Amino acid sequence: MAPLFSFRKIRLFLEKEIFILPSRMIAFFFCLGLLILPLFIKDPYLLRIIILSSIFAIFAASWDLLSGFTGQMNFGHALFFGVAAYTSAILNLRFGFPPWMTIPIGALAAVIAGLVIGIPCLRLKGPYLALATLSFPIILMGIVFTIPKITGGELGVSGIKPLASSRLVSYYICVILMIGLGLVMWKIGDSKTGIIFHAIREDEVAVRASGINTTRYKLLAFSLSGFFAGLSGGLYTHFIRIAGPSTLEVSLSFQAIIWAIFGGVVTIYGPITGVFILYPLMEFLRILPEIRTLMFGLIVIIILLFMPEGLTTWIRDRMEEECPRCKVRNVAWKKTCRICFAEMGKKKE
Amino acid sequence: MIENILINGLIHGGVYALLAVGFSLIFGVARIVNIAHTAFYMIAAYLIYTFSTRMGLHPLLAILFSIALVTGIGMVVYQLSIKPIQEHEITVLIVTIAVAMVFQEIVLLIYGGHFRGNPSLLTGFIQISGVRVSYQHLLTLIVVFFVLLLTWVILFRTRLGIAIRATAQDREVANLMGMNVNRVAMVTMGIAVMMAAIGGVLVAPLSVVEPYMWLHPLVMVLAIVVLGGLGSIKGSLAGAFILGFTETLVVFLIPLGAFLKGAFSLMIMIVVLLIRPEGLFGVAFEEER
Repeated sequence: MAPLFSFRKIRLFLEKEIFILPSRMIAFFFCLGLLILPLFIKDPYLLRIIILSSIFAIFAASWDLLSGFTGQMNFGHALFFGVAAYTSAILNLRFGFPPWMTIPIGALAAVIAGLVIGIPCLRLKGPYLALATLSFPIILMGIVFTIPKITGGELGVSGIKPLASSRLVSYYICVILMIGLGLVMWKIGDSKTGIIFHAIREDEVAVRASGINTTRYKLLAFSLSGFFAGLSGGLYTHFIRIAGPSTLEVSLSFQAIIWAIFGGVVTIYGPITGVFILYPLMEFLRILPEIRTLMFGLIVIIILLFMPEGLTTWIRDRMEEECPRCKVRNVAWKKTCRICFAEMGKKKE
Repeated sequence: MIENILINGLIHGGVYALLAVGFSLIFGVARIVNIAHTAFYMIAAYLIYTFSTRMGLHPLLAILFSIALVTGIGMVVYQLSIKPIQEHEITVLIVTIAVAMVFQEIVLLIYGGHFRGNPSLLTGFIQISGVRVSYQHLLTLIVVFFVLLLTWVILFRTRLGIAIRATAQDREVANLMGMNVNRVAMVTMGIAVMMAAIGGVLVAPLSVVEPYMWLHPLVMVLAIVVLGGLGSIKGSLAGAFILGFTETLVVFLIPLGAFLKGAFSLMIMIVVLLIRPEGLFGVAFEEER
C-alpha cells in the first residue's frame, strides 16, 4: 500500500488505489455520499438515523477490532459504551465540562474499564472469556441501580449539553469521526500489530513460541477497542442527551455482535456495513411496530444461513479474488495479477 | 427466614440445574452456545398457559403436550437453522440469538406483554417442623430430582448416553467408530430442550409468565455453566445450586437485593474463574487446533 495521505498525487492515488478494486470504490463513494448528502436532504429524522448509525458503526467496528481480529470474544462490549456514556454525562452535568473534553475523558475511562476487566480475564479462553465479559456490564448495571443519587437509577442522567448547536453540525462531527476512526481501525488491522492480532486469533501458542508477549498484545487490543467504543458511547450520550441503563444492557452487547457478524467479521468495514444496513432497516420497520423485531430476527437468520461468513465477505468473494502468488486482491474478472502479473488461477477451492 | 431461604434456594437451584445441564449437554456434544436455550423454557411456560387456561385441558395433559411440542420445536430449529452452518461457530451464536428474539416476538404478538399467572397443579401445604411448604413447591423439588436422576441414568447407563458422551469427548473419533454424530447431536438437542421445557412447566405456576422471562435465566445459566466448567454435568449441577442459593440469600438479606442478585452471582463466577480458569469441575484440556 502506498502511504494513505499522499496529497500531491490525489488523482494517481484514486486511480491506483481506489478505483482498482470494486470494494474500495464502493467504500469511497459511500463515504462521499454520506458527506454530500445533507446538501440535498435536510430531513432531520433521516439525519438523525444516519448520525446514530455512524455512532453505532464505530461501536460495532471496535468490537470487531477486539473480537474479530484478536479472537477475544467479548460479550459485554456495552460495558465500554456504558462506562464512557455515564462518565461523560456526569462530567458534563456536575462539572460543566464541554463535550469535546468529556468524550475523550469518557473514552479514557472506557480504556481503564477495558484494562480492569482485561487483566483478570486474559487467563480465560474462548467461551469462558465470552461469558465472563458478559457479566461485567450486568454487575455494573446492578451498581448503577443501587446508587441512584449519582447515576439517576432507572431514569439515567439527563439534561446533558447537546453535541453541537445544530443537527447538521452534529451530523458532520459524527460522520467524519466515523469515517476517520473506521479508517484508523482498518489501518491498525493492516499494520504489524494487526498481523499479530490475527496470529493470536489463529494460534496463540505459536505466537507465544515466536517470542511475542501475547498478553501485552491482548491488553492492547482490549484498550484500543475500549477507546473506540468509549468514543462512540460519549458521542451517543451527547447526541441523545441522556445516559441511562440502556447503554449497559445485554441487548446492546448482543446488538454489536449481530451487526458485526451480519456484516462480516475481521474486516472493520463489515460491521460498519452491517450497522448501516440493519440500523436504518430497524427504523424503517417502525411502520410495522408489532412485527419489527420479528422481521429483524428473521432477516438476520435468513441472510446468515445463506452467507455464514457475513454479507460483505460474501460479496467481496464474488467480486474479487486473491492472487495465488503475492496474495494481493484483484478484480475477479482479471486474467493476471495487477502487482506481480502472475496468472490468476481458477476460483479458490 | 432460614427455612424460606432453604426452600427458595432449592427451587431456584433446581430449575437452574435443569436449564444448565441441558445447556451443558448441547455445548458438549455440538459445541453450540445455544442462547435460545432459555427461550424454549419461556415457550413451554406459555404453552402450558394456553393449553390449561385458554383451552381448558386437564393440567397434566397440558404439561405433557407442551413438553412434547417444545421438544419438537427444538429439534426442528436445530435441523433448520443450526445444522446448516455448524462449522461457523460464531455465526451459530448469532443465529441462536436471533432465534430467541424471534420466539420472544412471536410470543409478544400472540399473547401481548401482559404478566400471566398459571394455576397451581396442587393446592394446600404441608407443615415440616413448623414451616409451611406448599405442595406445589414440594412437587417441583421432586420432579427436578427425578428428571436429573433420569438424565444421569440416560447418560451413564444406556447406549445412547455412551454415544452422547463419546461425541462430546471427540466428535471425529466418535464418527469413525460408526456413530451417527449428527443424529446424536439432534437427539441431545431434543433432550436438552425437553429439560428446559420441564423447567418452564415447573416455573409457570410459581412465578409470572411474560415474554422477557428468558433473559434473566439465560444470564444465570451462562454463569452457572462457566462456574461449573463448560460441558461438565457435575459442574453444572453444583453451579446451579451455588448460584440459586446465592440469589436467594442476596434477595432475602440485602436491602435493594433484587437489583443486585445478578451482580452477586456473576461476581462469584468471576472470582471462581480467577482462581480456576476452567471452572470448578472443568478439565483444562490441551488447546484444540
